[in-house]
Amino acid sequence: MITLGIETATQAVSVALGGDDGLLGVIEVMQGRRHAEILVPAIEFLCRQSKVAVTEIGAIGVDIGPGLFTGMRVGIASAKAMAQALEVPLVGISSLDLLAFPLRHTAKVIASVIDARKGEVFYAFYLSSPGGVQRVSEPRACSIEDFNADVMARGQDVLAVGDGAHRYRDQFDGGVEVADLAHPSAAALVHLARARALRADGGSGGSGGLDAVQPMYLRAPDAQINWSTR
Amino acid sequence: MIVDAGTVVLGIETSCDETAAAVVMGGSDVLSSVINTSIDQHVPFGGVVPEIASRAHVELLAPVVAQAIAEAGIADTRIDAVACTIGPGLIGALLVGVAAAKALAMVWDVPFIGVNHLEAHLYAGLLEDPTLELPLVVLLVSGGHTMLVEMRAHGHYRLLGETIDDAAGEAFDKVARFLGLGYPGGPAIDREAQYGDPSSVAFPRAIPDSLDFSFSGLKTSVMNHVRKHPDAVTADIAASFQMAVVDTLVAKARRAAREVGAKGLALGGGVAANSLLRERWLAACDADGIRAFVPSRAMCTDNAAMIAAAGWHRLRSDGPTPLDCGAYPGLRLPLVQS
Ligand SMILES: [Zn+2]
Repeated sequence: MITLGIETATQAVSVALGGDDGLLGVIEVMQGRRHAEILVPAIEFLCRQSKVAVTEIGAIGVDIGPGLFTGMRVGIASAKAMAQALEVPLVGISSLDLLAFPLRHTAKVIASVIDARKGEVFYAFYLSSPGGVQRVSEPRACSIEDFNADVMARGQDVLAVGDGAHRYRDQFDGGVEVADLAHPSAAALVHLARARALRADGGSGGSGGLDAVQPMYLRAPDAQINWSTR
Repeated sequence: MIVDAGTVVLGIETSCDETAAAVVMGGSDVLSSVINTSIDQHVPFGGVVPEIASRAHVELLAPVVAQAIAEAGIADTRIDAVACTIGPGLIGALLVGVAAAKALAMVWDVPFIGVNHLEAHLYAGLLEDPTLELPLVVLLVSGGHTMLVEMRAHGHYRLLGETIDDAAGEAFDKVARFLGLGYPGGPAIDREAQYGDPSSVAFPRAIPDSLDFSFSGLKTSVMNHVRKHPDAVTADIAASFQMAVVDTLVAKARRAAREVGAKGLALGGGVAANSLLRERWLAACDADGIRAFVPSRAMCTDNAAMIAAAGWHRLRSDGPTPLDCGAYPGLRLPLVQS
């Protein structure tokens, strides 16, 4: 089965294709907020170079955030439309899960930390578990001070990952080490989504259908009225 | 690709608070048109909140598209192109539709067509009444736009006049809020005005000798009047305000039609749902011996049938839009000079 991974929840657009024997290809483009312009051409290019017809895709994984709201929506709307037209399962996976997964061999507590702007971060803690990672806290949005307090309360060494970890590393308390990885990868997405799609009830194959896959915002909308653009 | 009466276009619209999809054949045969809206979620804020609208589109779009295809009674393999609004509108809202439309076009291996929302409003008349003849003068009135456009030929538009400050729909919203009638203001004032006397207050009319509009002064004089006469009957104020707006809109549209020798005068946009405007429009065209077009109320709100119709015309004249197209919140109507 061919699995497509779509990752647009941060500044990057990243797409990957996986087959039965592993990864077939990955494209990553860092072009700021041009997710909508880049995504579909990137998928077309990746399919063509990987010698896969778009119609051969048997499952789709998408990063549901938290992250950049418009980026997440571009990825999720595209993924839903593709899953709908191809009639294949869609699996939504959190950006926090995707960041933690490559660090699964560490003995430390993993903190996936995404820059939420306004001086805040989105984060969750993970522990290594057989074959992957296990999330051990609810994802939340909060200030760096609150994050530090949460780390302190855990009383363990923490390995932080993500663009939030990079941006705020100087403000973290001691005991927090920062890993190199800044952005979730579509390759990890393909790996995780494929496993879940193969289970009959995975992702949109379950009772919720496509509605089961929704963005994880972790923050209420700013109720700023915009009169100017109708 | 040959674009003809059998060409089936799926249209998608997400520029503001309506999430809509429609299937239209040959640019005028509406096989289905589905509209959902997040308007209820915006009411407490007295206006459309962009982030709330964007979130709603992500939830609503896939089911709306599925419903439009199901109601059209066709297999999705019969869809020949996917058209979607690329602007103007709210950037976050537009992006949801553009992303989905391009993905559908890629999977089905059919052309994608980026549609200008304003141009689609101009096509709403021809969609509902294909016997309308060009040149046509269209008054497009909504919460964001008040413009008089001469539609000379397909794709050839000339701007005859537009608002220099508030849009007509915006004036309705602001006055309704001031009078405590709630949001959206258009239907609220329309309802309240039924019980009032439109001649009770003589609010100022248009800028003379111009086809441009201005509603900000009218809004201010409504406020000043109410502050000076706190006992004024709200229904009378609403009726007098509405009469002033409608008088202005109809008078300028008539003059525009006369000046360009239009064969018809068409109304479009959200404010076209206003009862008094519809009534006066028909009466004015009748008096001038010119073809009138007043859209059905379903066609006044943003919908995807008009997007699919405009998309069909654009595909025929210009071909597909490249898939690296984005969303353009400030997109203007493509105009020809004089
Ligand atoms: Zn509109």
